Amino acid sequence: MKIVVCLKQTPDTEATIKLTADKQGIEEQNIKWVMNPYDEYAVEQALRLKEKHGGETVVVCMGPDRVTEAMRTALAMGMDKGVHLKDDAFAHSDATGTAKALAAAIKPLSPDLILCGRQAIDWDMAQVPAILAELLDMPQVTVVAKMEMGADGKSAVCNRRIEGGEEVVEVKFPAVLTCDKGLNEPRYASLPGIMKAKKKEIKPLGLAESGLSANDVGKASSKVQILEYLPLPERPPGKVFKEQETPDMVKQVVKLLREEAKII
Amino acid sequence: MNFDLPEELKVIREATRKFAEKELIPISQHMEETKVMPAEIIAKLKELGYFGIVTPVEYGGMGLSNVGHCVIQEELARANLAFCLLISGNNGIGSMGILYFGNEAQKQKYLPRMATGELLSCFALTEPNAGSDAAAIQMKAEKKGDQYILNGMKHFITRADISDVFTVIAVTDKAKRQKGGFSAFIVEKDAPGFKIGKLQDSMGSDILHQCEMIFEDCEVPAENLLGQEGDGWKAAMRVLEEGRLGQGARSCGMARRLIDLCVDHANTRVQFGKPIAANQAIQWMLADMAVELYAMQCMTYDAAWRLDQGDRTQARASKVKLFCTEAIGRIADRAVQIFGGMGYMREAPIESIYREARALRIYEGTSEIQRLIISRDVLNK
Repeated sequence: MKIVVCLKQTPDTEATIKLTADKQGIEEQNIKWVMNPYDEYAVEQALRLKEKHGGETVVVCMGPDRVTEAMRTALAMGMDKGVHLKDDAFAHSDATGTAKALAAAIKPLSPDLILCGRQAIDWDMAQVPAILAELLDMPQVTVVAKMEMGADGKSAVCNRRIEGGEEVVEVKFPAVLTCDKGLNEPRYASLPGIMKAKKKEIKPLGLAESGLSANDVGKASSKVQILEYLPLPERPPGKVFKEQETPDMVKQVVKLLREEAKII
Repeated sequence: MNFDLPEELKVIREATRKFAEKELIPISQHMEETKVMPAEIIAKLKELGYFGIVTPVEYGGMGLSNVGHCVIQEELARANLAFCLLISGNNGIGSMGILYFGNEAQKQKYLPRMATGELLSCFALTEPNAGSDAAAIQMKAEKKGDQYILNGMKHFITRADISDVFTVIAVTDKAKRQKGGFSAFIVEKDAPGFKIGKLQDSMGSDILHQCEMIFEDCEVPAENLLGQEGDGWKAAMRVLEEGRLGQGARSCGMARRLIDLCVDHANTRVQFGKPIAANQAIQWMLADMAVELYAMQCMTYDAAWRLDQGDRTQARASKVKLFCTEAIGRIADRAVQIFGGMGYMREAPIESIYREARALRIYEGTSEIQRLIISRDVLNK
C-alpha cells in the first residue's frame, strides 16, 4: 500500500514566541523548528503499517528551505521519500491554499491512505486535513487514537476521541486520517537512520510543476486576512498568604480555587 | 565564512537532544543516587547507533566527522557525562588504536562489533607510576613462541570492569623505551592471566568505575599485536590526541545544563522579596558563564572543523582541552554559588556536575601537560 504523510514544521513547543515590530508575524530568528508533534504520530503510524503490510511511504511538506530538516527527520525515522512544495508563491497560504497545494502534490501519487497530525501546534486550526480530503474526494476520520486495518487491507476501523468517550468508525481506502496522541509511541530517529536519510530523495515541487496557478495559493488566494498578532496578556501576579495560622490560610486558598479559579 | 552546521548534523543534533531530554535527563539524578546506569538505556543507546559514531562506514559505523562527534558528545554530556564516558571507548580511545594501527583481520574482527556496542572497549596506558609521565610505564610484554606474555598493572582505567576488549600499551624493549620500545596489544577480557583488580572509588564520574587491571603471565596471541613491535608509543599518542577535542565538547554540554538550571533557579528563587535574578551579583555570574560557554563552543567547533580539513596541529586540541575544562570548573563553581545551600546538596544536580567537572582537568592530559604542549608550540614558532 502507498501511504502519504503530510508534514508541517512548527516552532518547538518550548520556543519563546516574539512578535515582529509590525505585528504581522513572529520573529523567526533564533526559533527552534521541529516536526509538528502530532505529525510524529502520523509518521510512526505510516512506518508501522508499512512494516506490517509492505508498500511505500512518502512525506509531503510545504514551506521554505528550512522545512527539509523536518522532512529529513521523517526520512531518518524510516519514511521512503519526500516531496517538498517549495515556491515563494506558496507563502502566506491559508488552510485552503495549503490544502490545494498538498492535494496537487499528492494526487499523482494515488495513495491508499493519507495520514496527518490532528492539528499543527502553531495555528491550531485543524483545517488542512479536512479540506484536503474534500479536494481529493476521500472520506476522512479525524482525531484517531486507535486504528485496526481491515482484513481486506482496503479499509480500517478507527477509534476517535469524542467528548466523554470514543466513536468507532469504519472507513474505506483511500482515506484521510488525522492522528492523535495515544495512537502510537513515535520512534527516535537513529544515527544509522539519519545517515540513510541523506541518500533518500526529496523532490522539490514548484508552482509550475504542481499544475496550480498563482491565484490558487499564497496571499492572493487567502480568504483569511490577518490584521495583527497580539502577545499573550501578562499573567496576573499570584496571591500569597502568609503570617496566619496554616488551617486559616488553607481555607482561604480552597475558597478561592473553588469560587474564583473554579478549578475544584 | 559559514558557521552553520550542515543539515545532516542539525538533524543529528535535534535527534540526540530529543532523546536526551525525553530519556536521559529524566533518569540522570536517579543514576547519580544509585550509581547505576539502567541496562535498558544502554540497550537504547546501542540500538540508536551511538557506539559507532566515528567508526568508518565500511566497518559498520556512521563515519561521522569530528564536528559531528562533538555535536553528539555535547548533547549527551548535557544529560550526564556518564553517557559520554560509556560510549567514549568505542568512539575513541578503545577503538582508535585498532582503526589506525590494526591490520585488516583485526579491524574486521573487532570494529563492526564495537560499532553496534556488542563489544565494549577501553584503552589501558596509565599505571600507578606513569600518569602524566606516561613513558614511565613498567608493564612488560615478552614474546614466547606465538604468544606475548604480559606482566604488570594498569590503573584508573575507565569502564574496564564492563569492557570486553582492551588496547594495552606495554614495554617490549626496555632499552628503547618510548623510542620504539613500547608496543600496543589487543587483550580480550577472558585472556588467561588477566583480571580486574580493585574498582577505584572516585570523587565524581562514579556511575562508571575506574578500575585496576592486573596482568599475571597474561597470555596474548602474537596476532593481537597492533602494528609493528615498537609502535605502541605512536599509537598511544595518536589515540590520546583524538580525545582532547571531545573534552571540549563535553564541557560545553555540561556548561549548557548548568546555565539552564541556574537561569531557572535565579528566576524562581525568591529572597528578600524578589527573585535572586534581580540581583546584579547573580546577573554578572550568569553573564560570565554565558561568555565562557560561547568561547568554549567557538574553540571546540573551530578546532573540530580544522581537524576534519586535515589540520592536525596538536597544540590546537590542547588549547581547547585546557580552556574548556578549566572554564567548566569556573562555571560549575559559580553554579554552586548561585544555588547556595541547595547547590551543595546531593538532591540537586549541581553538585554532581561540579564533582565530575573537576576530573576533566586531570584525565587525558592534565592542564599542566596541555600548557607544556602549547608553550612548546609557541616557543618554536
